[in-house]
Amino acid sequence: MKKKVLSLVLAFMMIFAFSAVLTGCGGSDDGAEDSGFKVGFICLHDENSTYDKNFIDAANAACENLGVEAVIKTNIPEGQECYDAAAELVDAGCGIIFADSFGHEDFMIQAAKDFPDVQFCHSTGTKAHTEGLDNYHNAFASIYEGRYLAGIAAGMKINEMIDAGDITADQAKIGYVGAFTYAEVVSGYTSFFLGARSVCESATMEVTFTGSWYDEALEKEAANKLMDDGCILISQHADSMGAPTACEKKGVPNVSYNGSTQDACPNTFIVSSRIDWTPYYEYAIDAAMNGEAIDADWTGNLETGSVVLTDINEDVAAEGTADAIEEAKAKLESGELQVFDTATFTVEGKALDSYKADVDTDADYTADTEVIEDGAFMESKFRSAPYFDVQIDGIKLLDQKF
Amino acid sequence: MSKKHSEPLLHITKRKDLPFTKTWAIRIGAIIAALIVCAIVTTALTGLNPLSVFGTLVYGAVGTERKAWILLKELAVLLSISLALTPAFKMKFWNLGGEGQVLMGAWATALCMIYMGDLIPSGLLIIVCLAAAVICGALWALIPAFFKAKWNTNETLFTLMMNYVAIQLVAYFVIIWEVPKGSGKVGIINQSTNAGWLPYIGTNSYILVILFVAVITAGMFIYLKYSKHGYEISVVGESQRTASYVGIKVDRVIMRTLILSGAICGFTGWMMVSGIDHTITTTLAGGRGFLGIMVSWLAQFNVVAMIFASLLIVFLSQGAGEISTIFGLNQSFADILTGIILFFIIGCEFFINYKVHIRKKSGKEEA
Repeated sequence: MKKKVLSLVLAFMMIFAFSAVLTGCGGSDDGAEDSGFKVGFICLHDENSTYDKNFIDAANAACENLGVEAVIKTNIPEGQECYDAAAELVDAGCGIIFADSFGHEDFMIQAAKDFPDVQFCHSTGTKAHTEGLDNYHNAFASIYEGRYLAGIAAGMKINEMIDAGDITADQAKIGYVGAFTYAEVVSGYTSFFLGARSVCESATMEVTFTGSWYDEALEKEAANKLMDDGCILISQHADSMGAPTACEKKGVPNVSYNGSTQDACPNTFIVSSRIDWTPYYEYAIDAAMNGEAIDADWTGNLETGSVVLTDINEDVAAEGTADAIEEAKAKLESGELQVFDTATFTVEGKALDSYKADVDTDADYTADTEVIEDGAFMESKFRSAPYFDVQIDGIKLLDQKF
Repeated sequence: MSKKHSEPLLHITKRKDLPFTKTWAIRIGAIIAALIVCAIVTTALTGLNPLSVFGTLVYGAVGTERKAWILLKELAVLLSISLALTPAFKMKFWNLGGEGQVLMGAWATALCMIYMGDLIPSGLLIIVCLAAAVICGALWALIPAFFKAKWNTNETLFTLMMNYVAIQLVAYFVIIWEVPKGSGKVGIINQSTNAGWLPYIGTNSYILVILFVAVITAGMFIYLKYSKHGYEISVVGESQRTASYVGIKVDRVIMRTLILSGAICGFTGWMMVSGIDHTITTTLAGGRGFLGIMVSWLAQFNVVAMIFASLLIVFLSQGAGEISTIFGLNQSFADILTGIILFFIIGCEFFINYKVHIRKKSGKEEA
């Protein structure tokens, strides 16, 4: 079939020639900013994922504030494509490159080794503090504080339901849809639960895992399972709209994550915690522009503006929620209140006096660092990414296969 | 013959071979039409200058030396899978299991790299990985082939289902191999020792993979066109009865061909883990097991045409990524453009193979 070959050659040539000749190879010249400094961003998905949207919004905001050009690559899988994307961003003249997904980490490290003159920053990663590269950095935020505050909103809503006689105190069961049994998720649901229990003593929680960070159908199914199981309020740590929309359909209140889901769920959305990456991006870009060193491991918090809550949906939230959150927030900022205060939870009936966590990542999950200090579990102190992986009493895991 | 207008408004007849000039005219016309439709869609939906969008597409695919190498790497992977599927298709055995066969090769490679990384020298490990990958890929194709040959089970469904088994198997092992615990990610395997990694040629890690696929391409061309096996495959594809009548053992040809098909898929999985990604995920094949089907069909099982069919698809998809980066458009928009171009290219074959007659008012048949 010579004709077939020729036709495909021709097809290819035509597209190539037609567009190349007429345009003289269009480049990336639009929107050049004052400083001429370019910043690269690598995102796992695009803005259809609440997780990536949160990063993309911050990237655009930070670059606009600093007057630098953002070059955003979306839909980059956690494989060699990430390295390729990073290398292409280096070619395009980016002085600093950020990646947003956990699985990008090793490929970013590889790129950092190959391009020592460019700064590489990876959000949610765990290896920068042991890798020893000058141009590779991790960042995270003390989102457990945000979760705790969101938990207070949940606890107050439950109290309102108890007071109204909708449920009894011992029916105060929260449902939580998690992605994996990963420390970040464990830290998230535990802090959320502790926040809720700080205002509603009888609260208990059930957690189920989907085994995926983004799977709308699975997350919806998981939320439905929890509601059928008697959970009267749902929260989630997974990135699709699955759980919030399932709640809206059944009229069960929902505390969201990554950003407001109020538009889609006006009758059930209470509040959402999220990480605002803008402060970190501004800090790191600024340092890169001025040739200053960037922290190997940077942890944002309430004070840096990295941990934020969305507006509260007053139609659903209990009365006085905003004030209660403000009060707790002030205490967290002053250090008067610790989220993982060991006096507030038990593990197998006992207080947690000592715990070694796997802070330095290795294939054997070696527990290497004592993390209980001054009567509290010191989350995000020894590295930015969460390492709280303790199963506390009051939380029941329905499955643990992921 | 009745004079009444009993024939429909449109009717279609098979064409005899068209002259070369005419087929080319149809194809050129189709591509121009595709680009015009793309231009209209671009302007209507985004208000951007379509020419700069096309320019960005080309720039994204081959605009820098690195982009060109990435394009060639992607081409090599897609072409390799397409080549793997082709002998089965030529035999009219619908192997939809490329995705799973590639994953099994990748899985076997990762398995050896993880458990034997510290035990044996890297050179030997590469060969062990290769052998394991080829065997696993071949086995994954042989199972449905065996059932087809013995009990005439439906290979379309069987091979398709085997994909999901492979995905679940990989998912299971990812959880065993994940670092850190609970993350669901294996990360780069042997990043510090590079054990089991294909060597770089100079500083370029892709050349070797590209060379491998070049060899497979040449080999497949000769195999299908000049070998006795290749001839038997064609005969079985034409008619199994004829094949039996002339003394070809159809069962054996089916199984032998599927072993080859699966082995090349496994080989591709090996290249991806040992030579390109150095990690394993359930989405490693990334749909290319299915995309390869399109390439193979688009090229009508012609090996040389397949090079250009996969180049076209890879070119469009690499360029599409750049469009979303430069213009801040969603990836879906680039997919729309790719879809339009492919629609016209595939669609024009209809007009090359068939003639459309339109009933004339006068009632005469000739259109």
